[in-house]
Amino acid sequence: MHRSKIPFLTTLLVLAFFYLPIALLVLNSFNSSRYGTGWQGFSLQWYARLMEREDLLAALRNSLLVAAAASIGSMVLGTAAAFALHLYRSRLQDRHHLLITVPLVLPDVLMGMSLLTLFVALGKSLDLLTVGIAHVTFCISYVALVVQARLQDFDSNIVEAARDLGASRLQAFLRVTLPLLAPGILAGGLLAFTLSIDDYVVTFFVKGPGADTLPTLVYSMIKKSRELPVINALSTFILALTFVVVALAQRLTRPAAR
Amino acid sequence: MQKRRAEILLTLPSLAWLVAFVLVPLLIVFFIAFKPSLPQGGIGEGWSTAAVRALANPSYPELAWRTFWISALTTVLCLVLALPVAFYMARLAHAWRARLLLLVIVPFWTNFVIRVFAWQQILHAEGMLAQCLRAIHLLGPADSLLYNAGAVVLVSVYTFLPFAILPLFAAAEKFDFGLLDAARDLGAKPLRAFVSVFLPGVRQGIVTAVFVVFIPMLGSYVIPDMVGGTDSEMLGNKIAQRNFNDRNIPQAAALSGALTLAVLIPILLRRRRCNSSDSTMKPSTR
Repeated sequence: MHRSKIPFLTTLLVLAFFYLPIALLVLNSFNSSRYGTGWQGFSLQWYARLMEREDLLAALRNSLLVAAAASIGSMVLGTAAAFALHLYRSRLQDRHHLLITVPLVLPDVLMGMSLLTLFVALGKSLDLLTVGIAHVTFCISYVALVVQARLQDFDSNIVEAARDLGASRLQAFLRVTLPLLAPGILAGGLLAFTLSIDDYVVTFFVKGPGADTLPTLVYSMIKKSRELPVINALSTFILALTFVVVALAQRLTRPAAR
Repeated sequence: MQKRRAEILLTLPSLAWLVAFVLVPLLIVFFIAFKPSLPQGGIGEGWSTAAVRALANPSYPELAWRTFWISALTTVLCLVLALPVAFYMARLAHAWRARLLLLVIVPFWTNFVIRVFAWQQILHAEGMLAQCLRAIHLLGPADSLLYNAGAVVLVSVYTFLPFAILPLFAAAEKFDFGLLDAARDLGAKPLRAFVSVFLPGVRQGIVTAVFVVFIPMLGSYVIPDMVGGTDSEMLGNKIAQRNFNDRNIPQAAALSGALTLAVLIPILLRRRRCNSSDSTMKPSTR
């Protein structure tokens, strides 16, 4: 039977649409032209310039610090939340679930704005701590989602078996449940890490002066049109870094996906 | 009631955190919207309805309308592009399906700000695209591809398209394509079969796709700020401006409160309608 070619052609077009801008960005990072208007020869000068920028290094340090705190914090809180939602059915869990859903659907501008008003109302000065609190807040829901999905596939008979063999409740949890769920929890943590590293809007609202993360620093460099080719080089570098982290997360989540 | 105690102990950490940093802040926004603003910036004593009444000032309804139509247009374009892709992917052999799915997701592992920056360079007045278009007289010498609503919609579609493709693909994967053949055997033209058999079949996917594109679009900030102009500003930009340029926090809070209601009401209504706990995904776009 004759099949329309439209779906195939649209898919091809969409993939080109997805990849061309990123390919151009990477290509331009090796272009010696300052304005990226045409190819003027291969060059690594923008990468060399990148190494000289100490403010970028400081921002990278801040980003990594916040992302590490956000992933650890959200792993603990999100895992507890996932267990609670998985084990109990009650009005309390309905409310709990609703509150966990809100950060998933609330636009970031509102997330940032509402947290800013909280810190203003409390008279809390804005710094890396406020950024960390904000990041933990939007990461909890994602970790809870990932761990909850893992719990649904979890065979509770194994825990029963451990209990039958004389393990205490705590022993069974620490030596059976937790190790089996560890890949899921870690995958949630890595997701939180990437979300935190990627965030601009929420950070922009709750960061103090001088406490730039990588995205906020890059953003202000773009706004001031300063050293745009260096941003190309930096982007390519971040791209490579993200690939490593996500590939790792994929590897951890694979067993669950059959 | 030992079980009840265990439940509370397990629920308390995340619940307390979310109440403190999600629920309470959202309530404070509504509260601050009714505070007076000080001329030198900051929040005054007492109460005032000035910020809320200012929402009726013609510039805000105009802004709300623009935010709505830019979001709606982006959503429609995402659906138009995502439906054929989901349709094509769902009919592929299993191994190819997984590969293509990965191809759709991979570009979005890059930093969001950087992706918008990539487009800013492509659309730049001195960029290759603008030069080509000028050479064939499709673009006047003074015209710009950047800093207009068209650029905002284009980059928004780029950003949100994968989030439309994923739920549509999930729905299309469950669709029985034999129904399409049946419709065609009964004489339906391909387009007719697509519209009256396939589209109703993936209805749930369409609804989810609309939600995951339209709702975050309403809160757009970065894209209009980077590739839009003054005539394509959206609500998110105004909230940031009132906050950081004018230091008029009550006005920013009033705008945020209105946007919060606009966003949360459809979500709560939907939650009530289909009480199933479908996983709602939010794009990592801010």
